[in-house]
Amino acid sequence: MKKPYIYFLAFFLLTFCSSKEEEIYTPVPYNLEIPALFADKLIAPIIPADNLLTKEGVALGKKLFFDTILSGDETQSCASCHSPQKSFTDQQPFSVGVAGNSGTRNAMPLFNLAWNFDERFAWDGKELSLERQALEPVSNPVEMHSDWKKIGKKLAASSKYKDLFLQAFGSSIIDSTSITKAIAQFERTLISGNAKFDKYLRGETTLTAEEQNGFDVFMDESKGDCFHCHGSDNNPLWTDNKFHNNGLDHTFTDLGFGAVTGDPNDNGKFKSPSIRNLVFTAPYMHDGRFATLEEVINHYSEGLKKSSTIDPLMKKVNEGGIRLSLEEKTNLKAFLQTLSDYDFVRNPAFQK
Amino acid sequence: MLLIFLRCDKKEELDCCIFPKQFTVTLNFTHHWNGLKIMPQDFNELKFTNENGERLSIERLRYLVSNISLVNGKNYHLIDVGENAGTSITIPELTDESYALSFRFGFSDEDNTDGAYQDLNSASFSVPGMLGGGYHFMQLDGKYVDNNNEASGFNYHMIKAVDKTDPDNLKFEDTSFEVNLGTIVVANTTEIEIKMNLAEWFKNPNTWNLNELNSILMPNFEAQKMMRKNGETVFSLSAVN
Repeated sequence: MKKPYIYFLAFFLLTFCSSKEEEIYTPVPYNLEIPALFADKLIAPIIPADNLLTKEGVALGKKLFFDTILSGDETQSCASCHSPQKSFTDQQPFSVGVAGNSGTRNAMPLFNLAWNFDERFAWDGKELSLERQALEPVSNPVEMHSDWKKIGKKLAASSKYKDLFLQAFGSSIIDSTSITKAIAQFERTLISGNAKFDKYLRGETTLTAEEQNGFDVFMDESKGDCFHCHGSDNNPLWTDNKFHNNGLDHTFTDLGFGAVTGDPNDNGKFKSPSIRNLVFTAPYMHDGRFATLEEVINHYSEGLKKSSTIDPLMKKVNEGGIRLSLEEKTNLKAFLQTLSDYDFVRNPAFQK
Repeated sequence: MLLIFLRCDKKEELDCCIFPKQFTVTLNFTHHWNGLKIMPQDFNELKFTNENGERLSIERLRYLVSNISLVNGKNYHLIDVGENAGTSITIPELTDESYALSFRFGFSDEDNTDGAYQDLNSASFSVPGMLGGGYHFMQLDGKYVDNNNEASGFNYHMIKAVDKTDPDNLKFEDTSFEVNLGTIVVANTTEIEIKMNLAEWFKNPNTWNLNELNSILMPNFEAQKMMRKNGETVFSLSAVN
């Protein structure tokens, strides 16, 4: 007769102990504010079913994004290389890590990441989700040079963070999984869709003649032919998020996408970055080799270099490119500048 | 006994009318160079020779089919051969046992509405407004060995043809076309293979000279009309299983 009683007592104690945390708080769903143009022109953003956005998760992710506790010597946060005022990049060819070492790739700006439909992140596409991407820089010895287990312990020692994790995820277990989930939630809220050209498409402003002519150069297959890879008035992401060899080199010191896929046909290919917010994101290309927009335009106009994997969309490669006139180049630059979203870089929700 | 048989017959008849038989058909688009099947792993190699004698490779092949005769509801499909996406189209809940199978390559003028399709916008398949807007019908990119024996890029992009001779009075010509593949009889689950022979884009009736027509073809009115004519012999019905 004793046995059933003991089982009942044990069941009661286990149930009571294990459910105490979970019943404390239910996080509030976060409504992503999708710009009207995005909702009209694009398919829905990618939000993973196992990491739905919540107000608590986004707030925690933001706090972590700006917290230097994630680096080995607690001197750098994600924002050290991804500054909100610079469209979440820095202005160096290669960012410098905690030990003073430089990486080999330019820090990518962060915005509209939930519309990366293939979910391949980074210049070479090696990161297959935002959550996985957030794992890498923290433990990379050239970057934040930390240890995920140590970070988990440090955060768990903070009663504030314990509460925040409990509210965001219903558990006070703090590890790389919950930390990167929170950071990814915050990153998915970084939406840039209010540049001058967006306002023009919404009928709220007009373009100057120079800007309009620059847009025409961008869209003209016989001129810039930029739209095949960099979006258009019908694709407000201003990128295809695909990988191309855009004629930077005859031979490759960095294989890019090819090192990830193992296919030599992908050597020298890198992700097309969005051309939004270029005024904030210099220098340009995966290695930051071009300091100015003029240099970028000159590259496509007359600086193309032939290689076996150069994209067929690069035209007149033997002549170095399509050879735009000075006026066309000036106009193209004027148009590109209309994609600068000052509201995005000043958005208080994205500042520390 | 007779009564029982009569009752059974009536029940089957009733089931047939209330619960008609349903069939599922899968259209599999496959790609070939004359007799040689092309898979994504065949991309990027200068392994094909066109009618004009030019060796060429394929690096990107995306195209649009619409108005498939069996489909109700959303009726356009972007096929991306290199990424092996969209090549199979499954059509459930068909109730007839035979169909006249047809589809349109590209969009008719009526359907080719600029910016109207979110998935095609997201896939960067739009056509610039200066060329009339709407969408590409096909994007075939690759390299060919030119007259200087060098590999050069080509962009065989097909859109609704536009004559820009008078910039103030653009003239358009619909280059989409219907592909009729005859009558098919379907069973419970039927697989239909539709072949695209890419060699035909360069062959019949217009022998395509890539040294002359390799890029900036979207605004080329005559080139678009030639593509349209060559497209007529590109598709064929291969197998119904």
